[in-house]
Amino acid sequence: MKESLIALTRDALGSLRDLLPIVVVISSFQLFVFREPVAGLLSMATGGLLVVAGLTFFIFGLRLALFPVGEGLAHALARKGSVFWLVVFAFLLGFGTTIAEPALIAIAAEAAEVAADAGAIGSSEEAKIDYAFGLRMTVALAVGTALVIGVIRILANWSLPIMIIGGYFLVILVTTIAPKEIVGVAYDSGGVTTSTVTVPLVAALGVGLASSLRERNPMTDGFGLIAFASLTPILFVLIYGIVV
Amino acid sequence: MELIVTSAQFVVDSAVDILPIAVFLAVFQRLIVGESLANWKQIFVGFLFVVVGLGLFLVGLEETLFPLGRLMAQQLTDPAFLYDSVGKAASALVWQDYYWVYLFALAIGFSTTLAEPALIAVSMKANAVSGGAIGVWGLRVAVAIGVGVGVSLGCFRIITGMPLHYFIAAGYLVVILQTVVAPKLIVPLAYDSGGVTTSTVTVPLITALGLGLSEAVPGRSALLDGFGLVAFASLFPIISVLAYGQLAVLRERVSDPETDSRDPEEEEDNAL
Repeated sequence: MKESLIALTRDALGSLRDLLPIVVVISSFQLFVFREPVAGLLSMATGGLLVVAGLTFFIFGLRLALFPVGEGLAHALARKGSVFWLVVFAFLLGFGTTIAEPALIAIAAEAAEVAADAGAIGSSEEAKIDYAFGLRMTVALAVGTALVIGVIRILANWSLPIMIIGGYFLVILVTTIAPKEIVGVAYDSGGVTTSTVTVPLVAALGVGLASSLRERNPMTDGFGLIAFASLTPILFVLIYGIVV
Repeated sequence: MELIVTSAQFVVDSAVDILPIAVFLAVFQRLIVGESLANWKQIFVGFLFVVVGLGLFLVGLEETLFPLGRLMAQQLTDPAFLYDSVGKAASALVWQDYYWVYLFALAIGFSTTLAEPALIAVSMKANAVSGGAIGVWGLRVAVAIGVGVGVSLGCFRIITGMPLHYFIAAGYLVVILQTVVAPKLIVPLAYDSGGVTTSTVTVPLITALGLGLSEAVPGRSALLDGFGLVAFASLFPIISVLAYGQLAVLRERVSDPETDSRDPEEEEDNAL
């Protein structure tokens, strides 16, 4: 019990540290550049406390539940060596963790709002929820696919730089035929997917797999998975924009 | 009261988001590994924390980080404020007049990245692996400069309304060229740093900043110009870390001329 409290406090300090630079920069701008009183300070302070509390609980819970189970499974599967189950696991891991990614939930909702305001989709609440959900499913599908490609690459020992560079050429190519409205959201979704939930589990999978194969460098191969996971969402969201 | 109702709604929503991964992990544990979990109580409590935490975080985001980003964008582009600082009317403004925007973007990108825990961990690992050639602070500052400059340049793009993919294509071209000449060991690290810099707190804030800017600057639309800052924030650290690696090698050569007589391959591996 005492140990959990210490861990919880440590996570709370970590969340505070995440928020601190934002508070410092914004307050200095308010105090020294604008020099005007800000409206709604109380609701912002409450919201700030919710962000810190929420992030703290979220990360504490991840460490308690998701990370040990996920890492244990990744190692067990890598040791077992069944390619089929490994690929299925990689796909579901990428898909599941992306659906739960907080930054993506927030961005998708915002993108739906903007698209509705500009008249690109219907402005009903339902149309917005559908659009945001479609966006998140697309990104989740992309990250799942990225991990499958990444795992096969580690097993087959294909060259990472060639695949990554080829991938970005493909991205630029698809950009030219994609509708302009989707381009910004698509490029942003590449950076959003690789955060709190996905990275630790994906790294565990890559490192576990690479260290169970001979003559592979766990650091290089573990990183390869994350590089793919920030590339495929761009491509998939661009295609989502073309299709929808 | 209203806040409590919203929070409850968000917590229920996040339970739905977390459920698939919980079910999938449980099924795999049972079927593939063939063992049931010994410490299922701890796991269950952990998932409860994840669900409640995600819900509260999203409420806080809605109440604070999104409004803050938009408020800053609004204040920084307010015609009265711009008139005070550059002495021009709104119709006569050119992109240079928005210098407070670039300064704010630089400060936010730099400071949030410097405090990013994932980056601190990566830097320590890199320092240990390189035998001290990559400094912990050097790498952190390199990545933070990359993010700051990236977000700043992203704001410049929003204000001028130039197409996003020109910048991204040019950026990746630079990355490809640097990859060819940079020391081999820094390459994976550099590619990695693009992903770890944009934390869960920073992403919503700079997204709101971009959307707010595109709404406030005359002639821009949120749909066409508002997104893209996160893409900039993940691309530029790759460039700055590769540059940092090249600098480290150069410095090594200048301070220790004897290395010139060695095999260049070996020299690179020693340097990093």
